[in-house]
Amino acid sequence: MHVVYPVVVSALLFSIGVYGVLARRNAILVLMSVELMLNAVNLNLVVFDVWLKDRLHSGQVLTLFVIVIAAAEVGLGLAIVLALFRNRRSIDVDRLRDLSERDAPAEDRS
Amino acid sequence: MTSEAPGLWPPSGPEIVFLLLGLVALGSALMVVTTRQLVHAALWLVVCFGALAGGYLVLTAEFVAWVQVLIYVGAIVVLLLFGIMLTRAPIGRSADLDSGNRWAAGLVAVSTAALLVSVVVAGFGAAYTPLEPGRGSAEELGSSIFRTWVLPFEALSVLLLAALIGAIVLSRTDIKGRE
Amino acid sequence: MITVVALIVLLPFAGAVAGLLGSRWPRGGSRTEESNRVANRRAAWSAIVPASASLALTAWLAVWSAGALPRGSVSWSGGEFWSGLFPGATEGTLTLVETGSVPISFTLRADGLSVLLGMLVAVVALAVQVYSVGYMRDDPRYPSYSAFISLFTSAMSLVVFAGDLIVLYAGWEIMGLCSYLLIGHWWEDRANSRAAVKAFLVTRLGDVGFLFGIFTLGVAAGSFRIGDVLRADIPTGTLVTATMLLLAGVAGKSAQAPLHTWLPDAMAGPTPISALIHAATMVAAGIFIVARLYPLFLGAQPTLDVLGVVAAVGMLGAALAALAQNDLKRVLAYSTISQLAYMAAALAAGSDQAAIFHLLTHGAFKALLFLCAGVVIHHVGSNRMSHMGGLRTALPFTFAAMTIGFAALMGLPPAGGFFSKDAVIAAIEHSHGPAQPFLYGSALLTVGVTGAYAARAWLRTFFGPSRVEPLPEPPPGTAHVFDGREAPKSMLWPVGVLAVPALLLGFAGLPDVDWGSAAVSLLVALLGAGGVYAFWRSAPRQDPARMLGPFRVVCERAFYVDELYRSLFARPVLRLARAVARADGQLVDGAVRGSGRLTIRLSGFVRLAQNGNTQLYVTGLLAGLLLITVAAVVLA
Repeated sequence: MHVVYPVVVSALLFSIGVYGVLARRNAILVLMSVELMLNAVNLNLVVFDVWLKDRLHSGQVLTLFVIVIAAAEVGLGLAIVLALFRNRRSIDVDRLRDLSERDAPAEDRS
Repeated sequence: MTSEAPGLWPPSGPEIVFLLLGLVALGSALMVVTTRQLVHAALWLVVCFGALAGGYLVLTAEFVAWVQVLIYVGAIVVLLLFGIMLTRAPIGRSADLDSGNRWAAGLVAVSTAALLVSVVVAGFGAAYTPLEPGRGSAEELGSSIFRTWVLPFEALSVLLLAALIGAIVLSRTDIKGRE
Repeated sequence: MITVVALIVLLPFAGAVAGLLGSRWPRGGSRTEESNRVANRRAAWSAIVPASASLALTAWLAVWSAGALPRGSVSWSGGEFWSGLFPGATEGTLTLVETGSVPISFTLRADGLSVLLGMLVAVVALAVQVYSVGYMRDDPRYPSYSAFISLFTSAMSLVVFAGDLIVLYAGWEIMGLCSYLLIGHWWEDRANSRAAVKAFLVTRLGDVGFLFGIFTLGVAAGSFRIGDVLRADIPTGTLVTATMLLLAGVAGKSAQAPLHTWLPDAMAGPTPISALIHAATMVAAGIFIVARLYPLFLGAQPTLDVLGVVAAVGMLGAALAALAQNDLKRVLAYSTISQLAYMAAALAAGSDQAAIFHLLTHGAFKALLFLCAGVVIHHVGSNRMSHMGGLRTALPFTFAAMTIGFAALMGLPPAGGFFSKDAVIAAIEHSHGPAQPFLYGSALLTVGVTGAYAARAWLRTFFGPSRVEPLPEPPPGTAHVFDGREAPKSMLWPVGVLAVPALLLGFAGLPDVDWGSAAVSLLVALLGAGGVYAFWRSAPRQDPARMLGPFRVVCERAFYVDELYRSLFARPVLRLARAVARADGQLVDGAVRGSGRLTIRLSGFVRLAQNGNTQLYVTGLLAGLLLITVAAVVLA
């Protein structure tokens, strides 16, 4: 098995995840894209574990850990999204503009 | 790594299988990030994760593959579907799932892909390894986890517990923050 | 003996410090009637005691100098009458200050000229201090007033006894400062503080020239000591430059044309100040300087010619202006300018003796005139002669004293002015030079005009119908209205004391009288006075100045010199100042504000990125990360 095939697939999958995180408006879709990126990482870990024939199986074990962490992350992320929905009636990330600097008067900023 | 590495082309049997699975995964991933229907995105995600699990099987990581199917396809996607339902998302097509940022996002994603692919091709273009079935079996991984990695494993269980409590606290409306 | 000289200078200074700091100590803040009275009494003591002590020491110095032969010390100018009167001279240096080029020496010296002038200063200062006690009785700022007089006395003594040009200049400037402070004593009235500022600026203009003249002399002679400067062999060109520059300072301080305009306005100060500073002493300092450095001036004939022309123009113009004034003090002020021009004319004619002689008698009789005018103003409550008249019966003592003063001013025998003015005119008559005929004619004409304006002031003040209308409340700038017949004793005593030298000082010059020219000038003076008297007789209620006809307004405005200066200098400077202020406000401030506004506007573009969209932020983050990675790969 050539290492370059799975690694290239993983890189492309990661890029697709990046696009999803940056371009999607719905928070749940953003979470899905994060999952895509995590899976790209998992694929990498498995491939390198196979390639290096690690005696401790660190790559595959780490993959398992990442899956666990991803589950926890999705649980927490959905909780946050639900809290957001309760408060705002919307989960569109580009409408959450509290960080913006709105109509601050130009003169008396100190 | 090995001296008798065959050329990249034509690919061997497992490689062809892996490439096909990879194409399925990539295509369904693309559907996830481009589809106009929220529920379809979740379903395409199932396809993508399943194809990846197949890829793991080809790569002899069978335990990881089953865990992938169990947790990702079985648990996480269901969780996401719950989320979609709870936020009263429209079931049909919705026109505004993409934000105005998509052209910049596409640019960044394409350049990321170009950068990563060029780097990994330059770095691992010649790497080759023969596949040895059995290295990723449940037995091997289980002995490794409970011998070498038992401490991180326990730490992870604590993390999961913390995530559980956190999710409850965030979700319940009758728990107020300190005034 | 030099210790005595130092004490003469330092005692009034100590009095000034004590008067300024000690009068209200320790209850500085309270301004009640009672504390004012206490403060005024203390200030009076701390002013009069040092002045008396200084006078006594000066007298002692004079006695010593009169009896002593010159021992060891310098005696550079033999032959003048003061060298004959006071042959003793002494000089002492406290320390030598190294400046890197020409050293400054703290030197005091006393010789005949110094002793003579020192006596004048001490006598007039003491008289004025005593007089002020009564005149300024109810003024809450009397302590600072008397302290400034003390400071002035100290500074004038320093000028007189200075042995070094820089030391002299220090005293010269302190005098200017005191003059400024005292003119503006009643600063509540805007006009008074403006007059003070005007005096300060105009004299400062001259002093710039004076200072540079000192520098030129000091550098040329290699020393600032007066003795060394006089002995030094300075080339004529340098000498003319230096003396011309000195002349600027002299014109400023002695109120000679064209820098004379401050003196009439300086009459805004209290009358005793006018007597002391603006008649008898400070304005005479310019004449004194020329006399002090007379050998230098004799070596620079062009300077003397300029001085002669200035004097000739000044004396006649000022006398004509005096003839048309309505304000008694302004009459005396213009008369001071005119008399100072006489002294300058004597110097220009080559006779420093006549100049100093006239300086002394003028100091005495002009101080007397001012003090008498103070009594009159005190009595009437107004400076204006149109408010006076018929005061002969109300103020008999003042009438007598002022008659002596006016007689001296007109040059009538036997008053002092007759002899000194005769000496001046004789000196002018016998001098040679391109300006001599002009100067002589001007001097004679001025004698006539002097007689006219003196007679006019005398008649308008003391004769004719009484026009006294006591004002209920004195406006600021005038003294307290007094309801008694005569002024208090403390004011009359100095008047009486000053009347004696004004009357008798002239007899010192009896042996040298040129009877021919004396007869001519006496005749001219009587002619002027007679003309005024004839006009006044025809209509006692009206101003004899109407005999000037259409020329009267021109004279009253002093030939529009003030207006000329205003349009020539003041307005352009003001316009320039406004332009500069506008440029500062719009260009400089505009640049500062504009850079601020530009920054804000530019930052507005950057703010567009801060739209709160986290996806945009993450996009930027990743793009940056990519760029950095690419850069690391490419550049590494």
